[in-house]
Amino acid sequence: MAFTKKDILDIDSLSVEEISMILNTAEGMKEISQRPVKKVPTLRGKTIVLFFQEPSTRTRLSFDVAAKRLSADSLAISKSSSSMVKGETLVDTAKNLEAMSPDVIVMRHSSSGAPHLIAKRVKASVINAGDGIHAHPSQALLDLMSVKEKKGRIEGLKIAITGDISHSRVARSDIAGFTKMGAEVVVSAPLTMIPKGIKALGCKLADDMESCVENADVIMMLRIQKERQGAMLFPGEREYASLFGLNRKRLNLAKKDVVVMHPGPLNRGVEIDSDIADGKYSIILNQVTNGVALRMALFYLVAGGGKRNADKA
Amino acid sequence: MLTRLKGAKVVDPGNINAEKDLLIKDGYIKAILDPGEPYPRLEKSTSGSDSSPVSVSSADSSFSLDVENDQYIEIDVSGMTLVPGLIDLHVHLREPGHEYKETIETGLMAAARGGFTAVCPMANTSPVNDNAQVTSFIINRAKELGLSRIYPVGAMTKGLKGESLAEFGDMKKAGIAAVSDDGCPVENSMLMRRALEYAKGLNIPVISHSEDLSLSKNGAMNEGITATKLGIKGIPNAAEASFIMREISLAELADAPVHIAHVSCEESVEAIRNAKKRGIKVTCETAPHYFTLTEKAVADYDTNAKMNPPLRTEKDRQAIIKGLADGTIDCIATDHAPHSSLEKDLEFDKAAFGIIGLETSLPLSLKLVEEGILSFETLIEKMSKNPASILGINNDLTPGNPADITVIDMESCFTIDPKSFLSKSRNTPFAGFKVTGEAYITMVKGKIIYQR
Ligand SMILES: [Zn+2]
Repeated sequence: MAFTKKDILDIDSLSVEEISMILNTAEGMKEISQRPVKKVPTLRGKTIVLFFQEPSTRTRLSFDVAAKRLSADSLAISKSSSSMVKGETLVDTAKNLEAMSPDVIVMRHSSSGAPHLIAKRVKASVINAGDGIHAHPSQALLDLMSVKEKKGRIEGLKIAITGDISHSRVARSDIAGFTKMGAEVVVSAPLTMIPKGIKALGCKLADDMESCVENADVIMMLRIQKERQGAMLFPGEREYASLFGLNRKRLNLAKKDVVVMHPGPLNRGVEIDSDIADGKYSIILNQVTNGVALRMALFYLVAGGGKRNADKA
Repeated sequence: MLTRLKGAKVVDPGNINAEKDLLIKDGYIKAILDPGEPYPRLEKSTSGSDSSPVSVSSADSSFSLDVENDQYIEIDVSGMTLVPGLIDLHVHLREPGHEYKETIETGLMAAARGGFTAVCPMANTSPVNDNAQVTSFIINRAKELGLSRIYPVGAMTKGLKGESLAEFGDMKKAGIAAVSDDGCPVENSMLMRRALEYAKGLNIPVISHSEDLSLSKNGAMNEGITATKLGIKGIPNAAEASFIMREISLAELADAPVHIAHVSCEESVEAIRNAKKRGIKVTCETAPHYFTLTEKAVADYDTNAKMNPPLRTEKDRQAIIKGLADGTIDCIATDHAPHSSLEKDLEFDKAAFGIIGLETSLPLSLKLVEEGILSFETLIEKMSKNPASILGINNDLTPGNPADITVIDMESCFTIDPKSFLSKSRNTPFAGFKVTGEAYITMVKGKIIYQR
């Protein structure tokens, strides 16, 4: 099978086969990161633009390292860059980016659907590195990769996600990804953080955090954004931690070999106790390592080998 | 000048539903004749015009047209349907201030083409139509153009700020037909009450854009499954319905009429239905997009499907249809809201609300007749008679009334093509829709302002 998608915009638009192919490719890429010389010439001469309208050091770095390990030329354009002058629309920016003839545009934007708007207007492949509260497909894919690595499978697992589902693109993409690959996803949060029609995303809503994590194979905690208290979502951090924080007692309700994930950055003592974040169940740092390999796989599939295979086929 | 519109099926709800000829003289309906009925004897004109007749038909022996003083034409509209001119209670013409989106001229050309003999432009121009000068500017501009009539809606509060009442009286003298803070819902309930009371004393209707901004803030589409999937902040039905319930309570308190703009959801229809049963003076309108589309139209972040209130669910669409059918919803208005690509070719959450509707309203509404939801007569009530009565206009097709007439070609099948629009803007979600029926002639005060 060849990878024929031009863009990676969200999990919904990827098939089970495509997701499997991405995960398999990423496993291969991980080996490169373990070599003494962590670089292959696969994407030499290719240009990758990192277009981050929203600040994100972690995700941008991960994409940047991935590009460099494949020998692609990467250049970062941020909000303050001269090409994004005040008053310029996103479509104008897209036209300017297109003029640089990039092969891939990695895009982070505060508006849901912004990468979809760009993808329609540029020849380059667009990889969504997070749009508004809509999707963060590379994060979900690396989460799938990390779980598969630990558990050997995705199908049949119980994934418990706790946190602000309403405002989380990671949650949306993880729910889509894990359910698509055959896992059962259960979510819990204060009901102020549960969007209308959540079941349409394919997950179940638990009555409380205890029933959410009960017998879970994976517990994923989402970052609580302290500034959101102003949006009347919850009364305060202390109460949040008491109802929806991951502590030892709740962790014990899960399966013995449970793994704990967090897309970062952590609010220690709020959504997750510090000793759990650093403890043996945590695969938070594996997530970071796998992030690079997974993003290498995405570049390879949309801009390199995947496409070449397609030509041969 | 004498004109005979010949052979059309004339439908004036509650008045005429038969094949008739309309005789129009000097802009007014002079007589309604049976097909082939001879011309009645007309009184000698005193105008002293020196024009001569342009044509003379094979005259009946009793024919007694004053050929010396009257020019005389016959227009064959057989096979067409002739109705009292359509009236759109809710449009945005953007002039003064945003002429790059629409001007009074292009807006009225679009209206004429859509079969509308009159439109009510909302006050959110720049400057705001909250004083007699702006009202006069709009009215004079429309007069110069000689297209569709214009019944401006004045601002309810100064600057649409929701703080103090605008000068309804002054604006009424200048020509406003209603007041509304459309687009800027009034949060202060006491101010809304005062507006209803004050307007009642001046005999002008208040049009309410009902929206609880604290519930809809930052929302860009209907709150629900599609918004959850797309990651777009939602606007719940309750943001609309709760304020409609408030307006109903205030109308009851003030014993004054209130007209609810652009009803989009089930709870709103239900609230208005109950209020009507209780005898409260509430009327309302919906727009073609609310009975034609659902939130699914947004699916690919299509900003041409972004409007406020937003497209709702199928359940709401059915409730709107039911409300139209049982008379809860009195009018179909377009909320014609022109925007350029500057406001629409953007990220979904940043794009402006609103779509244009003047040139698509009639064909989309005729679908309701085709589907057996409304009789043709009822549709004309909602697009002409009821809007007229809310504005306090008598537009019956009876001798003595101005000849404001729409002739509809019910057979015309076509595909909606925004490129052909006379409006300056193109923001419609209906491009490519196959529809049947459109205006063939639009006539205002006896003058043809549009002919296909
Ligand atoms: Zn409005």
